[in-house]
Amino acid sequence: MTDGDRILTCEHVIVDYDGFKALNNCNFSVHYNELRVVIGPNGAGKTTLLDVICGKTPPTSGTILFGNGISLVGKNAEDITKLGVGRKFQAPSIYGNLSVWQNLDLSVKRASKGVFPTLVGKSTPAERERISEVLETIGLTEHAHARAGSLSHGQKQWLEIGMVILQEPSLLLVDEPVAGMSDKETEQTGQLLMTLAEKQAIVVIEHDMDFVRQIANIVTVLAEGTVICEGTVEHVQADEHVREIYLGRAKVAH
Amino acid sequence: MPEPIPAPQDRRMTLSFFVAGLIFLVVIPLLNVLPSEDAWFQVSDFRLNQFGKFLAFAILALGLDLIWGYCGVLSLGQGVFFGLGAYCMGMYLALQIGSESVYGSELPDFMVWTQVKELPLFWYPFKSFWGGFFGALLVPVLFATLFGFLAFRSRIKGVYFAIITQALAFAAWLVFNRNETRLGGTNGLTDFKQLLGFRLSDPSTQRGLYLVTVLALGAAYLLCRYIVASRAGKVLVAIRDSESRVTFSGYTPWVYKLFVFVVAAGLAGLAGMLYVPQVGIITPAQIGVLPSLEVVIWVAVGGRGTLIGAIVGAVAVNYGRSVLTNYFPEAWPFILGGLFVIVVTMFPDGLIGMLRKVRERLKAPSAPVSKAEGGTAA
Repeated sequence: MTDGDRILTCEHVIVDYDGFKALNNCNFSVHYNELRVVIGPNGAGKTTLLDVICGKTPPTSGTILFGNGISLVGKNAEDITKLGVGRKFQAPSIYGNLSVWQNLDLSVKRASKGVFPTLVGKSTPAERERISEVLETIGLTEHAHARAGSLSHGQKQWLEIGMVILQEPSLLLVDEPVAGMSDKETEQTGQLLMTLAEKQAIVVIEHDMDFVRQIANIVTVLAEGTVICEGTVEHVQADEHVREIYLGRAKVAH
Repeated sequence: MPEPIPAPQDRRMTLSFFVAGLIFLVVIPLLNVLPSEDAWFQVSDFRLNQFGKFLAFAILALGLDLIWGYCGVLSLGQGVFFGLGAYCMGMYLALQIGSESVYGSELPDFMVWTQVKELPLFWYPFKSFWGGFFGALLVPVLFATLFGFLAFRSRIKGVYFAIITQALAFAAWLVFNRNETRLGGTNGLTDFKQLLGFRLSDPSTQRGLYLVTVLALGAAYLLCRYIVASRAGKVLVAIRDSESRVTFSGYTPWVYKLFVFVVAAGLAGLAGMLYVPQVGIITPAQIGVLPSLEVVIWVAVGGRGTLIGAIVGAVAVNYGRSVLTNYFPEAWPFILGGLFVIVVTMFPDGLIGMLRKVRERLKAPSAPVSKAEGGTAA
């Protein structure tokens, strides 16, 4: 594939926390409309990878290019969000004291999110239509006016996914969406992500291998801050190095 | 398509707003004017004046509720902005004393005994009422803009922000205490005679000031209500709930914090401006660490994040103080402290929260399960 097909290209990215390299010369790229799953043992740098892309953590060195070659390094989180990168955090990160509707309304992509436009702005019929659609997609229509803090864990996760969808990102970063979900909820979340991937690129971090098998085409394996393997689920699972990291450690532990 | 904003309470709120307006603007002043002095329902000049002071405090509390109750940013320096507003109006009033002063000089008394021969330059704008009026609003606003910009832009948050604002209150107290500041030192500004030609000792002037305070409180309340009902108000709550999510939704939280901090400072300045002519004195003791902390207690007692709670809390605590200090003057600080501890640990939603709970209890048996509660059960 050529570079033109890539929505995200990370090259030689290093994140150095006082000598501990959370990302160590990491090269990672994602294509348009791709659903990519990132796996790896604890401390491999998966969350850090998402953090540097969305501007939460500045990389120590390296390049991160988005879309038509826009560099994300040195930009703050608000600007990266406006460029079209959406982030779903691992722990549900929603506004517990607002209603589900208000949570979604605040997240809608708008021309300006400054104080004064926000102070006088009213939602347009088109925006309300869009929010209703997303409510339908994430299955929370009945709870539109419930306090978001009163939702179940799984519903909160979906709400946050809904909030990110309304930002209309072209790249969606999702950190362990099914942690703490029931099997049925996990299945539904997988369906949801696959539907979304028809329109935008998604990077999902996940531990649950059944879930990974459900949704993944290409899996990237991260260990000690660098990509060690990339390919289909079968390919990755057959890889000696990957087996060593996952299984080898387990053997030693026995 | 569901309605964006469920509004079952709005009509009741508008109604209560008008009823409250009627009571404060018409009934109470009439009870002050009409009945004879010994009628039990007569509101004495003293009570009316005192009530006007409480309502000025309520404006101060509204500002804190906006920034603390809604946005979750605890400011322990609201007394400073209140003091700036009060001193600006106080300087105008001090210059209005003119040759009626004790020493018969055109200069305020304290300048005479501290050997200031000429009016300091920064006093000049306060020769006119509008200098005092706009000064009382703009000085706190500009100061808050500068201070807030430096603090919020540097991402100072939570307890660190509280400590810095407390340090600010202490620093302001020190500065205003100095004679070299040319603001009357420890004694502050007092012995005011007239405002726009009206004698302050005249009960009708005080009645007028009371009415102006009620109107100002009403306007401040409507302003705050507008802000919290707007999408920006929801952003404030969102910042309190999850600041990082707000950032990743494309908002810049520190700008919102700065905005609400400046609005709160403007309200504090307005409160200070209304306080001075009614109380007749402003000293550094009104702007230091303790008065700033008291505002927090008013809001906590009334119920934060409700606006009306700030008003109720400010009036209730101050009324409690005026009654209780008659009987146990030494015990008041302990009563106030105890009240704060009890409210924070047992009634985190304050008086308004308690009222709401009682009302829900009363309603519960007959009313069907509301939509929101249905959501919780699922």
